[in-house]
Amino acid sequence: MIPAEFDYVAPTTVDDAVRALADAGEDAKVLAGGQSLIPVLRMRLAAPTKLIDLGKVAELRGVREEGNALVIGAMTSHYDVVRDPLIAEHAQLIAMATSTVADPQVRHRGTFGGSLAHADPAGDLLAPALALDAEMVVHGMDGRRVIPASEFFVDYFTTALRQGELLTDVRVPKYTGWHAHYEKFNRVAQAWSIVGVAAAVQVEGHTIQQARVGLTNMSSVPVRATGVERALIGQEATPEAIKAAAEHAVEGTMPVADGNADAAYREHLAKVLTSRAVTAACG
Amino acid sequence: MRITVTVDGTTYTDEVEPRLLLVQYLRERLGKVGTVVGCDTSNCGACTVHLDGHSVKSCSVLAVQADGCEVTTIEGLARDGQLHPVQRAFHDNHALQCGFCTPGMIMQSIDLLAENSDPDEQAVREGIEGNLCRCTGYQNIVRAVRDAAHEMRPGAGPEAERMNEDVIRGAQAGVHRS
Repeated sequence: MIPAEFDYVAPTTVDDAVRALADAGEDAKVLAGGQSLIPVLRMRLAAPTKLIDLGKVAELRGVREEGNALVIGAMTSHYDVVRDPLIAEHAQLIAMATSTVADPQVRHRGTFGGSLAHADPAGDLLAPALALDAEMVVHGMDGRRVIPASEFFVDYFTTALRQGELLTDVRVPKYTGWHAHYEKFNRVAQAWSIVGVAAAVQVEGHTIQQARVGLTNMSSVPVRATGVERALIGQEATPEAIKAAAEHAVEGTMPVADGNADAAYREHLAKVLTSRAVTAACG
Repeated sequence: MRITVTVDGTTYTDEVEPRLLLVQYLRERLGKVGTVVGCDTSNCGACTVHLDGHSVKSCSVLAVQADGCEVTTIEGLARDGQLHPVQRAFHDNHALQCGFCTPGMIMQSIDLLAENSDPDEQAVREGIEGNLCRCTGYQNIVRAVRDAAHEMRPGAGPEAERMNEDVIRGAQAGVHRS
């Protein structure tokens, strides 16, 4: 189908984008890579009056170091995230999850910030952002504020972004030397996770010193599997210990039933995929 | 809104509505009907073209987003009447049944080979995972991509659509001999 009519503006700086967003009012929408928004427009599930396209805002692209954190520009494409040497070194989990997003064509256009702001519970980047304690840097007419990932995802397709606010950067603490894995279960022809598990571990010898585990699509928002994390820390990375820890994966989750899976099956998947993800991360 | 886009080597300037999809612009304004619309839901990849050297689904890009960019479609691959090596490999390997997915498959395969000049079977299948063949003719498609990789060695280069000069000369020499 053809999208409904809208006005379009393509600012070239963050300041201009924030002003354009404020001027456009509540029915405007920010266009990042467009790989979720344009299909939504085409199906006429949304009809914004104006699109503010960030495609020409060069300052929103790229990854840089800032002390003990990486700063990932919101408009950095999935393709660039997967190939970025800083992310590979300090936030491997994000690269691994990103490499499973959709398909090569979509990864060329889709962006890190766009995925997070879209907040699809089946999106693969929310759980890693949560598990790694990322912070969302947002800009609006009232200035800049920082929202922790744990407060950013509010509900289905809903974030803590206020009207007129723009997600500009994502700050991710460095997890140098950690090992990670993202394990997802999806239908072959559609890459949306039925359930996904993001795991990062710091292992010394054979002992798991630290662990971060996030779950995709086990609730309306990504879920941090703190029970699994607690059960892993201090354990030898044996199949038995990992399997026992993975039993905690369903704590605090509220999985939905849909055409792909009922809630009980999602709970089953969460345990199995947690076990696989942690095992793979421990190498 | 006025846009200027270079498509298959020719520069066009047009007034377009912001809601016009790139695939509609290519087909309905420029007559580039070699690029097809398969699913209208971003799943099938039939509408894949290259935008500034990278594959995209042209049903999920607005024409206004392509302003100032270079687009290559399936119609821009042949040079001087010679098929691109990937096109020829699809022909030689009978890598199509109904043919509807073929333009997108070829455009995505070229993108894949630009990233990985010698993909194994698994890498080919992952590289074309965004392209669906509803005839399920994947076996010969995978074979064709690997065959094309062999033909295009050494190194298809970052912009494979600009055909390796040796391949062009070889193809022309072949024609002259016959």
